Amino acid sequence: MSAATDSVIARILKTYEAELLDEWLHEQLSTFRPGSKISESDLRGQSTEFLNLLQQATQTGNVSDVRSPAYGRVRDMLSEISRSRGFQGFSPTETAMFVFSLKRPLFARIRKDLANDAESLAATTWTITELLDKLGLFTTEIYQKSRDEVIMRQQEELLELSTPVVKLWDGILALPMIGTLDSARTQVVMESLLQRIVETGADIAIIDITGVPTVDTLTAQHLLKTVTAARLMGADCIISGIRPQIAQTIVHLGVDLGAVTTKATLADAFRRALEMRGQSHQLFKSRA
Amino acid sequence: MDRIPILKLRDLLLVTIQVDMHDRLALQLQDELTTRISETGARGVLIDISSLDIVDSFIGRMIANIAAMARVLDAQTVVVGMQPAVAITLVELGLTLPGVRTALNVDKGMALLESATREDEDVPGADAGRTD
Repeated sequence: MSAATDSVIARILKTYEAELLDEWLHEQLSTFRPGSKISESDLRGQSTEFLNLLQQATQTGNVSDVRSPAYGRVRDMLSEISRSRGFQGFSPTETAMFVFSLKRPLFARIRKDLANDAESLAATTWTITELLDKLGLFTTEIYQKSRDEVIMRQQEELLELSTPVVKLWDGILALPMIGTLDSARTQVVMESLLQRIVETGADIAIIDITGVPTVDTLTAQHLLKTVTAARLMGADCIISGIRPQIAQTIVHLGVDLGAVTTKATLADAFRRALEMRGQSHQLFKSRA
Repeated sequence: MDRIPILKLRDLLLVTIQVDMHDRLALQLQDELTTRISETGARGVLIDISSLDIVDSFIGRMIANIAAMARVLDAQTVVVGMQPAVAITLVELGLTLPGVRTALNVDKGMALLESATREDEDVPGADAGRTD
């Protein structure tokens, strides 16, 4: 792009700043649904700042290169806007429209300003399109990134939530597992279980897999690893809540659960755990 | 030079590993422990590894070996106080220490050893003089 085109853009942005801002604001407000999530004054503030920064950036040189240092502050501002809009629940379109809606007022100004010079008009229009497209895409990219961050954080929280280690009785822990077991989750499960064993000094841990929909070889291997690690630390494990289908799968897959105590229900496992601790007598007598 | 103390407690030997295990130290422990077992005729060995934070495959195998050797010398072995990170590492390394008894802490390890040695002595005719 020629330096002439660049300077034209900078000049137009500077000369018509107030008009551009008004028209742009109008454009933006018309794209939002009524009762939108952002107030007009906020929008005006953001728009003013953006126009200001954009104008400064276009003055310093190569207009269409949005990765250049001159656009650093524009990029920062756009990142902040799209990040905050991402968290506020704006749609990707609404976020990107912040940049794209500037096209119409800007083009109108250019057309008026360069009415007598078709060559320059075409070149300038092209440069502006390229610039705003790039900035718009940048906005969308950041928006996507911020949404990904939200998803990642939620996944982590879910991971923490879904693996509570419950103290059932003196020296007996229970770990009700819910959902599919993959490597990452099993790692968290294993660590939290072993940590709780150390903290509580429990002899017996019951791993209840009633909430685990399917068991494959990998899952079974993870379970066995957890049981073995607990045994190395000196705690016994009981696996309970094995559903008929899962029992069939385990045998079909040829997984050897031979060394592990397994029970059909958590109640059975608990009874067995009490027996192992030699407390069954008191408990069941007192209940009878 | 580090040395791992081996304490005699009635008819048990108590080994507490309180320094970072390195290979030579492990080999030395293996030597000394087997010697002490045969000297004292200990019935049980309790190895406390609660201060051991890091293990590699060699140390893992040494622990298994020491336990196996003690068993050959007719001493019940209990490994106590293994840290979660160590347990996970050993499992990932495939060192599941089969045949080694484990307990959460020294207290529970002692109880386990006592009941294990008592079972040994309960074999009819093994120790006719005892009445407990």
